[in-house]
Amino acid sequence: MSDLFEIELLRGTLDHCVKCTICETACPVSNASPLFPGPKYAGPQSERYRVSDEAAVDASVDYCSGCGICSQVCPQGVKIAEINAQARHRLKRQRGIPLRDRIITRPTWLGRAGTPVAPLANWTLGFRPLRVLAERTLGVHRDAPAPRFAGRRFSRWARAHTSPAAPRKVIYFHGCGTEYYEPWEGERVVAVLEHNGFEVVVPEQDCCGLPLQSSGLFEDARRSVRRLAHSLASQLADERTIIVGNATSCTLMLKREAREILGLEDDPELRRVAERTYDICELLLELHQRGELRTDFRPIPERIAYHAPCQQQGHWIGKPALELLSLIPELEVREMHARCCGIAGTYGLKAEKYEIAMAVGRSLFEQVEASGAAEVACDSETCRWQITHGTHLPSVHPIDYLYRAYGLDHG
Amino acid sequence: MLSLTTEVLVIGGGATGAGVAWDASLRGLGVILVDRLDLAEGTSGRFHGLLHSGGRYVVKDAPAARECIAENRILRRVAADCIEDTGGLFVTTPWDDPAYADRFAAACRETGVDCEEITVAQARRDEPRLHPEISRAFRVPDANMDIWKTVWAMAHGAQQCGARILPYHEVTAIRRDGDRVTGARVRDVRAGEDLTIEAQVTVNASGAWAGQIAAMAGIDGVRVFPGRGIMIAMNHRLVNTVINRCQMPTDGDILVPIRTVSVIGTTDVHTDDPDDHTVLESEVDRMLDDGEKLVPGFRQARALRVWTGVRPLFEDAKAAGTDTRDVTRAHALLDHRQRDGVEGFVTITGGKVTTFRLMAEETVDAVCDLLGRDTPGSTAEQPLPGSESGANYRLGERLARKDERLRQEQTICECELVPRSRLEHALAETGSRNLDDIRRRLRLGMGPCQGGFCIYRTVGIMHAAGGIDAASADASLLDFLQERWKGVWPILYGDQLRQMRFDEWVFQGVLDVGHLPEAPA
Repeated sequence: MSDLFEIELLRGTLDHCVKCTICETACPVSNASPLFPGPKYAGPQSERYRVSDEAAVDASVDYCSGCGICSQVCPQGVKIAEINAQARHRLKRQRGIPLRDRIITRPTWLGRAGTPVAPLANWTLGFRPLRVLAERTLGVHRDAPAPRFAGRRFSRWARAHTSPAAPRKVIYFHGCGTEYYEPWEGERVVAVLEHNGFEVVVPEQDCCGLPLQSSGLFEDARRSVRRLAHSLASQLADERTIIVGNATSCTLMLKREAREILGLEDDPELRRVAERTYDICELLLELHQRGELRTDFRPIPERIAYHAPCQQQGHWIGKPALELLSLIPELEVREMHARCCGIAGTYGLKAEKYEIAMAVGRSLFEQVEASGAAEVACDSETCRWQITHGTHLPSVHPIDYLYRAYGLDHG
Repeated sequence: MLSLTTEVLVIGGGATGAGVAWDASLRGLGVILVDRLDLAEGTSGRFHGLLHSGGRYVVKDAPAARECIAENRILRRVAADCIEDTGGLFVTTPWDDPAYADRFAAACRETGVDCEEITVAQARRDEPRLHPEISRAFRVPDANMDIWKTVWAMAHGAQQCGARILPYHEVTAIRRDGDRVTGARVRDVRAGEDLTIEAQVTVNASGAWAGQIAAMAGIDGVRVFPGRGIMIAMNHRLVNTVINRCQMPTDGDILVPIRTVSVIGTTDVHTDDPDDHTVLESEVDRMLDDGEKLVPGFRQARALRVWTGVRPLFEDAKAAGTDTRDVTRAHALLDHRQRDGVEGFVTITGGKVTTFRLMAEETVDAVCDLLGRDTPGSTAEQPLPGSESGANYRLGERLARKDERLRQEQTICECELVPRSRLEHALAETGSRNLDDIRRRLRLGMGPCQGGFCIYRTVGIMHAAGGIDAASADASLLDFLQERWKGVWPILYGDQLRQMRFDEWVFQGVLDVGHLPEAPA
């Protein structure tokens, strides 16, 4: 009952729309493809025609990538992307969810299946005839960027690792990307936090449900995020303990999106978790501003490009990674001014959306190439995979440079 | 002077008049309908859109309740495309006498109004924004009706049978030949020409103006007390079911979801002039307070527009008593042969929109009587043009159509999703170069921005379509903005205030409409 009411309140923000069209000018998708009619159209305008128990009639809303830029730029406070997410959910619920969406939205399944057989799984993902087959049967685009299974899980490393006891404690939420694909990123996060005097606790955890949510599978997404919140909340007895994550879209899910989009505003555990959750760069910059961040940085004489992902922008914390990276001597950071890389989680993997995602990302790819950077820093893993796919340049989380600058890579 | 001859002249193009024209045409009578303005521009076009189940009247006025439920069932069939089956709820709020609910349920059984009590939890699942402290809830077959669509469908149906429909033809005199009314002289206000219409029977279906028309025929004592009521359209559907308070009917106790908005109504203030459209601040305030009792947060939601309608409350000065109790919301059919010894003249007034078809049928029965015809009416069986399939209207229809043709066509009105082809079709079909006429047909300019984005586009297209010079097009733009403004200023707060500021930037700041190149004098 309260879920429904929360959703009504979200919908109610459409009242603030004065039709100024700022969202339409900022939307990366509608500017790249005519298949998506744009956020003003799909959001506050179309929402007036939607009746919850009637058949969904506007399949075009499925072309919204859910990047959330519209809601960020709206000067009136219309929750455009969130309204679209609701509409997408209704559409999927009524018209059925493709098998593809059921598979690619479950990183845990994929990760558990792929990790033990990583070499074979990676070979499969790179084997063109099978990718063509997967495109035809499942609708996953043959060229879509597929991460490589690391063959080991971050949580296994974490269980074996003992964080030195310290008065300040953080709960590390590593997310699925770190768990199955980039466990080294998690190890670096832990090292940087410990270097700054934190005791890092890594509780048992699972997917936050964001991929499910963005594909409109709300019931499953609610289950996932509640389970995760329960696990994280159990560690929050000490009032000073906070949660930190390096998967910026997943931390945004915990902070805000699950509560708003899934109608879980009143869930007490999720609320507690949301209040205490930090993006890793947000936390480190806050430390720095309090004079508590260690700045024993060695120079890194390199030029890199930095792209702030859409979801990172949704935190409303500015671009803390940029400020942190500027602390590193000799590191030349070029800020990219493109809006979106196009991938939007799983959007760009879908056969019918791959071309749109690539068109959205083109401006970013061109900027990266023009910058002369050797590497790209970006806070979100799926964006990194897309950027590498679009530019053929390596991409890493900004924390990697702090890790190197602290000399932690040399033990 | 041009002269036309017909069997039946209908004065008044509201729901009743158009209903009379449709009914008479189906019976094979020759019909001319005139209205001083556009069709459904008076009372009919100014109600909240509720097709009553009869629930509102079960306790207070059982015959009215029976009429409503019977007509409700008929109209759902014959006017299916004009009706959205929202269903209705009667809810007992903390401000309502809890004892009324049982009386209500019993009276529903008595009068045959379908009514099912549901749990409060169920009601709130259906309507999450409903006041959490309601104690009882009853489901009834309320619905909403798009009256413009209905009236236009009837007018088209009548035209297909040979009727002539003449909007903007104002009656300037009723022609009398001794004890017989023989038609009327009317003025084509757009062409500036007079014409006479000779008719065997003249039907006065002018609603709140019926007393004025009767007086022109030299008939006294047709007293219609215009009861003015305000309605406020909220920017979106706060509810998808008609919500009524379960209490004796009073002001501000109905919230009707219709098209893209929800309308709260209404008040009832006596006025002497049916053209009085005063909106008092206190009325607006009261209505918003009443909204809060149904849907908490009502005052924070965006009000789009306020308007007034005048009910025709009829009192027959020639009836036995002139007690105010004789002032009734039931309809009144006056055969002036019996009442005044005047042949060829019938007045139909009073009543409510839900029962317009019945009123029209009874009126045409009386007309047939005067003409010595014996053809029964068939409007209870014959679907209106556009309603043949029997499928009810759905809110998503425009969005569905638009989604199918996303890339093919320019959208003119973004709020009401009016594509360019529909605008061009309406301009061609009506020949009208009046933006307000176009608005009523397409709902263009009726959404949140109140014409902010569509009207300058529309004026350009209208001018390009021909038949209007630049100065008149400019004037038409300014008139429209002025007309929209009238309905907005009494609710100018919050989001709608922001919208109007934005529109002002568009029209004053960007387009500088105060200094158009070919501005009217």
